[in-house]
Amino acid sequence: MHIPDGYLSPSTCAVLYAAAIAGWYSALKRLKRVLLSRVVPLISVFAAFSFVVMMFNLPLPGGTTGHALGVTISAIVLGPSGAVLAISIALAIQALFFGDGGISTLGANCFNMAIVASLVAYASYRLIATGAAIGAKRRVAAAAIAGYLAANAAALMAAIEFGIQPALFHDARGMPLYAPYPLSIAVPAMMIGHLTFAGVAEAAISAGLVAYLQAADPALLRNTAGALPATEEASAIMPAATNSLRRLWIAVALLMVLTPLGILAAGKAWGEWSPSELAMRQSAGQTASAAGNSVGPPAVPAGMQQLARLWTAPFPAYAPTFVKSARFGYFLSAMFAVGILLLVSLMAQHLVQRRREVGHS
Amino acid sequence: MGRGGFLASTMIGFTRALARAMASEQIARQAGLLQSLDPRVRVIGLFTMVLAAVLSRKIAVVGALFFVAVIIAILSKVGVGMLVKRVWLVVLGFTGVIALPAIFLTPGDPVAAIAGGPLRITVQGVQTATLLIARVETAVTFTSLLVLCTPWTHVLKALRAFRLPQEAVMMLAMTHRYIFLLVETAGQMFESRQSRTVGLVKGAAGRRIAARSAGVLLSKSIELSNEVYLAMQSRGFRGEIRILSDFHMRSWDYLGLAAFLAAGSLSAWIGR
Repeated sequence: MHIPDGYLSPSTCAVLYAAAIAGWYSALKRLKRVLLSRVVPLISVFAAFSFVVMMFNLPLPGGTTGHALGVTISAIVLGPSGAVLAISIALAIQALFFGDGGISTLGANCFNMAIVASLVAYASYRLIATGAAIGAKRRVAAAAIAGYLAANAAALMAAIEFGIQPALFHDARGMPLYAPYPLSIAVPAMMIGHLTFAGVAEAAISAGLVAYLQAADPALLRNTAGALPATEEASAIMPAATNSLRRLWIAVALLMVLTPLGILAAGKAWGEWSPSELAMRQSAGQTASAAGNSVGPPAVPAGMQQLARLWTAPFPAYAPTFVKSARFGYFLSAMFAVGILLLVSLMAQHLVQRRREVGHS
Repeated sequence: MGRGGFLASTMIGFTRALARAMASEQIARQAGLLQSLDPRVRVIGLFTMVLAAVLSRKIAVVGALFFVAVIIAILSKVGVGMLVKRVWLVVLGFTGVIALPAIFLTPGDPVAAIAGGPLRITVQGVQTATLLIARVETAVTFTSLLVLCTPWTHVLKALRAFRLPQEAVMMLAMTHRYIFLLVETAGQMFESRQSRTVGLVKGAAGRRIAARSAGVLLSKSIELSNEVYLAMQSRGFRGEIRILSDFHMRSWDYLGLAAFLAAGSLSAWIGR
């Protein structure tokens, strides 16, 4: 899958270098938020590991052998940003030190195998393994599928890059100047080998590695495990959990600030009428139209009127009586609600922790 | 798969990679044309030549560039036999297989038909296949000359001079160092497994061994990265990276740079 020099036109190489640079910049920026002295050796050693894994001759069904990319396990252990950098560094050393893969096509190779494959592997693994415990078999299946999809996604990108060459770059007599086959030939030719061998190799090594790590070193799988049962601890490798918690706080704060937007909404949410609103002619008309023009009851039901008196909210209609500004009332209501939820959550956490400590002793 | 199964063939792959790296280091230490130039000139110059080969659309110009590559190789003490074995035959095998169907599939003026059938060789097909093979051979030869004649540390320093982020240069340097350690570790693991194996390991058993070996290697790698991190901390690393750059351009280097740029630009212009 390593595209050598000469297969792609200089302009294709330039575009793919630009795309790869954007990917590297974004990945490096994300990782710089974590302690640099921790990230540099981790990414470097992982890049070396991916390089060595790419050299493994893996026996495949049918008696042949294949080479894995090592991109899926990088995405699972390091996350997408770490995988983008680790695989790109491994590819750069292959090109610049071992002459495997071109220099002008290094951007294309990194775009296909480091960026696209990492993102596909990470997204599909997270999607399939979401909510599964670290030791669940679903994670092994997710790694296999992620590996298969990642290798084939990278191959498809390479096939498209090859396939657009004759249409875009040919001389006056129609002679292709770079990769000579159109998409109709390049895509099937490239994909047959990857759908049957290379994808299987990546799937096999990824599944095998995740199964091994589940038994031998489960901490390595926690970085990208997402939400885990409360009994499972946070990541031991990358402090991603802190970042996601910080992101959550920022999102909650933003939503709180945006709550006054609710004032802009016209009308009343269907089914949330108070007895007085239900009695009003306009509301009754809305109710009838929302219910498929079926005629509602002529008067407010007695049971509803009785139940409505049971509880009077301290902040009725998100507008505390002591606040004059409707916008500030909305914001204050949001703050109050978030505060109560936090308090309940902390109390529940405290109770669970206490019960666990009592159980252990 | 080799006769010794996947364990043996993987070990052969490791040994070949180490042998190639050692051969490159030896060539890079010899006194030759490329070795006498500043590493930055080597990187820029050979990249210019690769670009010129990729930009050229005429077979004659690509052929001339190939001739220049061979002359540079001879003057830089890179054996032609080595280039034939390591570069030209490998590229011919790979690109030849890809380019061969193009002589039939590319639409154009027919020159011959296979046994009078519908399969026709076209002029455009022959030209596009020849151009592809010639261009890839030439570009890969220039890349190989850079790899063979420049020690890795010099490539890294040259990249640093081109304003590559310090973190990236540091990661490239560390990765290169640990590749050899991990290749050696993986080789030893495979060797010990091979010594305890009777007969050939095939299919699912082989995949299990490969995956477990990769898993052990992964655990060792993470442990190694922790040790490197602690070593960096103990030496007072605070995230600031300093790389010594003691290259000095001499008139010979400027001459070499001018020659590369002139040859590259001229080829790209004539071959446009």
